Amino acid sequence: MIELTVPISEEQILSLHAGDAVAISGIGTTGRDAAHKYLVERLIEGKRPLAAEDQRIYDELKKIYQGGVIYHSGPILRNDDGRWSIVSSGPTTSIRDEIYEDKVIAHFGLRVVIGKGGMGPRTLAACREYKAVYVHGIGGAGVTNARAMVEVLDVFKKEEFGLPEAFWKIRFDRFPGIVTMDAHGRSLHEELDKSFDERLAALL
Amino acid sequence: MTCIDDKRIADPAFGEALFNLVRKTSCELPADVETALKGAHDAEAPGSTAQMVLAAFLENMGLAREKQYPLCQDTGMPMFFFHHPPGLSPRALRKACEEAVARATREQYLRHNAVDSVTGKNSGNNVGKGFPAVFCQEWDDPAIGVALMLKGGGSENVGSQYSLPDDSLNAGRDLEGVRRVVLDAVRRAEGKGCPPGILGICIGADRGSGYIESKHQLLRSLGDTNPDPALAELEARILRDANTLGIGPLGLGGKTTLLGVKIGALHRVPASFFVTITYMCWEHRRREIRIEPDGSYRFTV
Repeated sequence: MIELTVPISEEQILSLHAGDAVAISGIGTTGRDAAHKYLVERLIEGKRPLAAEDQRIYDELKKIYQGGVIYHSGPILRNDDGRWSIVSSGPTTSIRDEIYEDKVIAHFGLRVVIGKGGMGPRTLAACREYKAVYVHGIGGAGVTNARAMVEVLDVFKKEEFGLPEAFWKIRFDRFPGIVTMDAHGRSLHEELDKSFDERLAALL
Repeated sequence: MTCIDDKRIADPAFGEALFNLVRKTSCELPADVETALKGAHDAEAPGSTAQMVLAAFLENMGLAREKQYPLCQDTGMPMFFFHHPPGLSPRALRKACEEAVARATREQYLRHNAVDSVTGKNSGNNVGKGFPAVFCQEWDDPAIGVALMLKGGGSENVGSQYSLPDDSLNAGRDLEGVRRVVLDAVRRAEGKGCPPGILGICIGADRGSGYIESKHQLLRSLGDTNPDPALAELEARILRDANTLGIGPLGLGGKTTLLGVKIGALHRVPASFFVTITYMCWEHRRREIRIEPDGSYRFTV
């Protein structure tokens, strides 16, 4: 298991290869469908100047994402006297964010995208160009994953997006996953796809 | 024989039974699924990614049960299937289900999962139009049987419906054609439906009823045998074939791609031959209770 701690350097990313098991620590956010749409359409490509609230979130996310992590997940949380904590939070299907993720990686300097199911050629190209990796989390393992999300530090867009879709600012502690797309242009998903096709052809 | 009546549905004990059904379904996998996952774990090569992933599944299953936390953050579409004696009000049953899921949401056993499709607003309590899903059917028994399935979105997205014949797969209007399109669906789902999955399949009827019957098929026990020998044979064949695809746990490669295949058949109109597939993820959350006329209940799954 290779340990990664935010902020993650370019050298560390280049040392990773598809198939490596990793444990990620440090601060990042959750973000799924609504969050990615907002990141690209409002914060990256939106008309300047940004509205005051958008500018505040933009500045916060800039700090978090530089060398950092975004996690495709819509958690279940509890609130005890105003303190949020994560109850269950496994990865959600990443391919839905394929039209956005390359722009997010390029603009914010993300090093790690965590999700499930893999992503496509646009994200793979961005991983190569901007030195980032895609980490496949353990899908469905909501409680095991929540145990590695040790602190909820803040939340953005909670009212507008609802609990699952908001950006939850999280402290991760040894969050588990497997690199399936590396910064050298290799995607385990692409390679597996070919073998699945061959095996299906043999059955038909 | 005294049957359960509408007054019993209004009783707080009835609501408590439904709430406990939701809680347990969200936090504890049924025994047949647990056994199948353990078997899959032991069958994978020691030290492989597939075995590591399955070990994480088993750890998650144990932790969720112990802490009474939802197994997966996506608690899906709650689908209730009632069997009830004649004369009960389906509206009253729906209302009781709505109250049970709203309470389970307040107590963090369910995620806020009901989103208005037009405005994008989350209702915040898992109650909305058509949400939860409630199906009612009469039976000749004084008690009520309630099955609950929590159907996650990721796996639901990879469900599919084929209209035979299908030229591209050389699939004709027979069971061999069914086998071909089902294997294609498993290939297309690859890791997206959180394999190893369980397939609920319906052959026949229309586009709507096919999906509903495919959900009913998922209520069957993994170890049962289809009473129709032709379908039993097809189930076994598809399971065997799919597990040679190499998709494996989460699509990262491995021996176990499916844990089970369940097929039902409905009559069809001569012009149509639909094959409808619902994909259930490895975390097949389903439970059943039986509520007696005196209000007592027990889990039957």
